[in-house]
Amino acid sequence: MNEDILNIGLRQIKNRLFIGTGKFSSFSVMKSALEAAGVEVATVAVRRVDAGSKTDNVLDYMPKGCIVMPNTSGARNADEAARIARVARAGGTGDWVKIEVIQDAKYLLPDNIETLKATELLVKEGFKVFPYMSPDLSIARRLEAAGASCVMPLGSPIGSKRGVKTRELIEIIVREVKIPVIVDAGLGKPSDACECMEIGCAAVLVNTAIAIAEDPVAMARAFDLAVKAGRLAYLSGMPPQSLHGQASSPLTNFLRDET
Amino acid sequence: MRLLSPMAAPDLEAPAKKAHELTLRYFGRTIQLYTPLYLSNYCENACVYCGFNSANAVERKKLTLEEVEREAKIIAESGLKHILMLTGESRAMSPLSYIKDCVKVLKRYFSSLSIEAYPLDEDGYAELVREGVDGLTIYQETYDEITYGKVHPSGPKRDFKYRFDAPQRGAKAGMRSVNIGVLLGLNDWRKDIFLTGRHAKYLQDEYPDIEIGVSIPRIRPQIAGFKAPYKVSDKDLAQIIIALRLFLPRSGITISTRESPSMRENLLSLGITRMSAGSSTSVGGRLAEKPERSLLPQFEISDSRSVAEIKSMLEQKGYQPILKDWEKI
Repeated sequence: MNEDILNIGLRQIKNRLFIGTGKFSSFSVMKSALEAAGVEVATVAVRRVDAGSKTDNVLDYMPKGCIVMPNTSGARNADEAARIARVARAGGTGDWVKIEVIQDAKYLLPDNIETLKATELLVKEGFKVFPYMSPDLSIARRLEAAGASCVMPLGSPIGSKRGVKTRELIEIIVREVKIPVIVDAGLGKPSDACECMEIGCAAVLVNTAIAIAEDPVAMARAFDLAVKAGRLAYLSGMPPQSLHGQASSPLTNFLRDET
Repeated sequence: MRLLSPMAAPDLEAPAKKAHELTLRYFGRTIQLYTPLYLSNYCENACVYCGFNSANAVERKKLTLEEVEREAKIIAESGLKHILMLTGESRAMSPLSYIKDCVKVLKRYFSSLSIEAYPLDEDGYAELVREGVDGLTIYQETYDEITYGKVHPSGPKRDFKYRFDAPQRGAKAGMRSVNIGVLLGLNDWRKDIFLTGRHAKYLQDEYPDIEIGVSIPRIRPQIAGFKAPYKVSDKDLAQIIIALRLFLPRSGITISTRESPSMRENLLSLGITRMSAGSSTSVGGRLAEKPERSLLPQFEISDSRSVAEIKSMLEQKGYQPILKDWEKI
């Protein structure tokens, strides 16, 4: 098998586990987790970056070579998200940005309309836009048409660790759009991440499940292995599921032999 | 909220575990730090529990803008980015225009500014938001109107309803976070905390884009010499935090330096998400060359540790001290 590379945002990524940097007990634990899993992409909330601090600047704890994907957490509309993205780029984090526009603090579900507007605005300004969205096919298509680098549908609400509750909607998006689909939010355990990869997602983004584990470093490694396993399964051609039992050695094999 | 009942008190271990788990899920292993900055202690109210009570013969002071800046610099050196500005209720001595002038100075040093002052109308809050304030803290003190009337014998604060509606006005005016609470010890805490929970839940449901937080201050000794008529034990306080966390899983819960170092540390795992640090509760308290020369405080603090000391305590306990989690962009 050729080397499996994810081409995204004009970069080539080997590790399909992306990590969020919130909720860790310390930045050094976070860094160890990123390193343990060989993470190449980490997202950082722009509003939390304490750029002037000598000791508490999250950007100082990024492993070498790791792409920083600033996110617009806290934005309530497209304009605010766009302003945050510009602040991040001016701060030197590059042109990747993850759009998060959320007006609902209860479920933390994104506002797809404002997310689309922000994507349209920022793509025109040369950003590589990674929009966090509720899994909706028509919005996914519009984001693709607007020039988004991928779509990031949620598995379940942020931090809920409920797993891939939106699986069927995500599968539809995977089948129908050509840009990568990265499941973001709600993945509670490595098997959830594995499931996303098995159904053809290009990558997953995980934060809470790793950050609040008893041993975040080991948990990051576990997610890494699960993502790799799911990806390999997908590439190997996963046979479709069936409700009924099917014999491992089918009785009609001999008929095929004759054709 | 049945966890508030006396029946629940004997066995808090299981709900405590649940509260810890919920806090981890929603807030991770982090504690947000802030510090209060007292701008003025002029006050027209006569709150019987408060050191700034207009009847108390304490020296009155309002910081000049130059003093605000000096104090801001001292606080900023500690690395803190979130600040809570406080004033007494005197529209003559600390009018909205004065608060706005202070905001102009402070926003050069801090990324998030909250205000705890007398209640304003919606336009007043909107003016503060435009100036750069993003958080409103306003405590009802007690939800029992009779008790409220007794402990606020004179002054504009007697208007229970105007104060009660203030968090909502702040939310409508565009505050990002609104923090409410009662002063524990004024009334039966079970009733007051039940209503605090209901009030917070109402605000959360009505304003889903705003962070609604809760504080749980207990009455501390002050110059007014007021003794709390209702006892709130350490165990009660733990029960309060657990019940609030289970009822309001995503709400921030603040514990101030009113509590002792050991109490604050022990309460961390139950649901606390914000702590004050390096606090002074007197006007210009950080400017005095010698502590004994500073003005009388609003109340005595129990945890006088510096920001650096609080940070290292949190790190030792496996929490990340968060100095900045918001910036107006």
